[in-house]
Amino acid sequence: MKSRRIRGLTAVISMATAVLAVAACSPSTAPKQKPIASPGSTASGTITFWHFFTDREATAIQGVVNDFEASHPNIKVQVKDGQDDDKMTQAIAGGGGPDVGLSYSTDIVGKFCKSGAWQDLSQYISRDKIDMNNIPDPVRNYTSYAGKQCTMPFLNDAYGIYYNKDMFAAKGITDAPKTLDELTAAAKKLTVFNKDGSIKVAGFDPLFGFYENSAAHFAAMSGAKWLTDDGKSAIGGDPNWQTVLNWQKSLVDWFGYDKLTKFNASLGDEFSAQNAFQAGKVAINLDGEWRIAFLADQAKNMNYGVAPMPVTDQSRYGAGYITGNVIGISRGSKNPEAAWEFIKYLTTNTDAVVKLANGIKNVPTTKAALASPNLTTDPNFKLFLDISANPNTVTTPPSGAGTTYQDDMQAFLDKWQTGKVSNLQSGLTGLDTQINQALANAG
Amino acid sequence: MTTQSAVVARPGTARVRRRRRIRHSLTVLSFMAPALLGILIFLVFPLFTAVNSSLHQFGQLNSPGVWYGLGNYKYLFTQDPFIRNAAWNTLWFVVIMVPAQILTGLSAAALLTKMRKGSSIYRTIFYLPALVPTVAGALAFVYLLKPQVGLVDHLLKLVGIDNGPLWFNSPHWSKPSLTLLAMWGIGNTMVIFLAALLDVPISLYEAAAIDGAGPWQRFRHVTLPSISPVLLFTAITGIIATLSYFTEAAVAASAASGQATVGGGASGSFGYPNESTLSYPLYLYQAGFSQDRLGYANAMAVVLFVVTFLVILVLLKRSKSFTEGAS
Repeated sequence: MKSRRIRGLTAVISMATAVLAVAACSPSTAPKQKPIASPGSTASGTITFWHFFTDREATAIQGVVNDFEASHPNIKVQVKDGQDDDKMTQAIAGGGGPDVGLSYSTDIVGKFCKSGAWQDLSQYISRDKIDMNNIPDPVRNYTSYAGKQCTMPFLNDAYGIYYNKDMFAAKGITDAPKTLDELTAAAKKLTVFNKDGSIKVAGFDPLFGFYENSAAHFAAMSGAKWLTDDGKSAIGGDPNWQTVLNWQKSLVDWFGYDKLTKFNASLGDEFSAQNAFQAGKVAINLDGEWRIAFLADQAKNMNYGVAPMPVTDQSRYGAGYITGNVIGISRGSKNPEAAWEFIKYLTTNTDAVVKLANGIKNVPTTKAALASPNLTTDPNFKLFLDISANPNTVTTPPSGAGTTYQDDMQAFLDKWQTGKVSNLQSGLTGLDTQINQALANAG
Repeated sequence: MTTQSAVVARPGTARVRRRRRIRHSLTVLSFMAPALLGILIFLVFPLFTAVNSSLHQFGQLNSPGVWYGLGNYKYLFTQDPFIRNAAWNTLWFVVIMVPAQILTGLSAAALLTKMRKGSSIYRTIFYLPALVPTVAGALAFVYLLKPQVGLVDHLLKLVGIDNGPLWFNSPHWSKPSLTLLAMWGIGNTMVIFLAALLDVPISLYEAAAIDGAGPWQRFRHVTLPSISPVLLFTAITGIIATLSYFTEAAVAASAASGQATVGGGASGSFGYPNESTLSYPLYLYQAGFSQDRLGYANAMAVVLFVVTFLVILVLLKRSKSFTEGAS
């Protein structure tokens, strides 16, 4: 009798727990997008805006927010700076999050569009007759996923190389390298070893993992493809990967992997004043356009030049890698109309875009802003504008599984540069299988 | 008549007894209710949720996703190229770091019991690192051990070692460096051992000394059996903490890599260098939050729970005879 009662009680508790567990995981369906207001209606109210910038850059953002509030007195914007993608994702998943969010990277476009975390902006764009042709094609391509335009571009970053002109002059090098062979020759000429054989100055540091040296950025040197049109891994089937990886490995071997590792370990942090390029420890460095502002701030007297990335095929010279900040409306936004008004201002108002670009020293993402006389451009910054607009410039494609394919590639490259991959082709083919399995697991 | 009344009385007595039993059970249950509710809400419910989630393919933003059966477990055991490395790193921490912490804590405590003068000062010095926030401690170690420019490398050069280890920047030295960090922060373990050592009756040592036992024999046959329950407790809590080892490895990797983590979240540098510090929990976080594979992360969590449970169960069973001596 007693045992039957205990069994009964256990069953009830188990069932209750199971029900609770299942209830907790019951579909938390995304709120359906409400019909938008008719053309000409005025948005009003308070909205929240999260972005990842801090310090000097956050101040520049606040300046443009102030301009928006002055021109839109019915809308008040509450700004929260220093919010990274992880925090924003968790907040949206928890049913909260900001009305307007700014993401650091295009890596989130796939999963935010696919899941509906950010609302599809197509109906607002269509209603307000936004001319999307005002946005350069390479930029437009990374703001949508599977037909959903859930983000708008908010400035972008373009990558090229920085070189130390004094070091070039000392070694009799007159021009920036245009091909990978020229980069190798310059790197070897500019490198200085200590008496004990350790590296004193690296002409070019080829190790993946050093500052901005990543597969995504090196891929631009050869135009290597990440994904096929149906979203599968294209790495093993694209010979451009082998070209750029073999080149990188040969330069690593010339230095010696251990020497490079030791050299890198002694360098200052990327965004500190001790940055290796700024400290004269590296003569040629791959970096984004923002370095111009850092150099002006932290290494005022440095005599440097900028150039497009060296390439495998001369016809691609001038192209590079771009990635951008993207902005969108959270699915839980209580005031999407005001949120859209704010996004529209930040991403399509030429004066606002130019002011942002001048303030943060990032590349504007509209053709009108790029052509604006108010855009502060010196020859160095102009180069990054040209890279951004180059039709051969590449970016990392949006994926529903976020950065999975890049993470897998990075782990492979860690093995590759230490010499643990004996056959590159079969290694990359195996990587394809691995990435495809991971993508399938992600759904 | 008597028989009749007895027959009539019996059901009444039984009912009274049953009522008493029910009342008693309810009283017990009411006392236990807060604890039961706590266990249900904070242990059983999350556990069932985790198991249920592990059978789905979903991310943070598209909960609950779709039914995936044992797909996540199949991927974990047969396809995932990172899981073996993450499990190996965690196993390394359990096998090397936990004993290292116990030995350091025990040695420091034993040293303090032998000191006649200044023991309180040394006790404070040994305990101080435990008060340092984990992140600050990890950052300090990274900068102290920074190759060529760190203080430790300068000291090594003074004694003639010009090519010191790369510490947190070497895949071979990164785990030993984290172990050094763990050994530095043994304050809490040391205090527990100190209390246990001071609790050992002096008469036992005196009796052993009269019997001719040397220092090692006294430690082996008097000290060790007396503090064995504390040793077991420290080992179990150490293993549980190490199986979920996260913060120190994440901070050290991020600081040593020298790369910025602005905007994209901190998980980009996890495992630096060459995945050598990618512990199981770090990889779990990366899969769940960076790659948005929460179903898979839940499967990893369930496996970690089962492994932790089994390890503790085996440890308790095996150590029964070990601790019985103490009681």
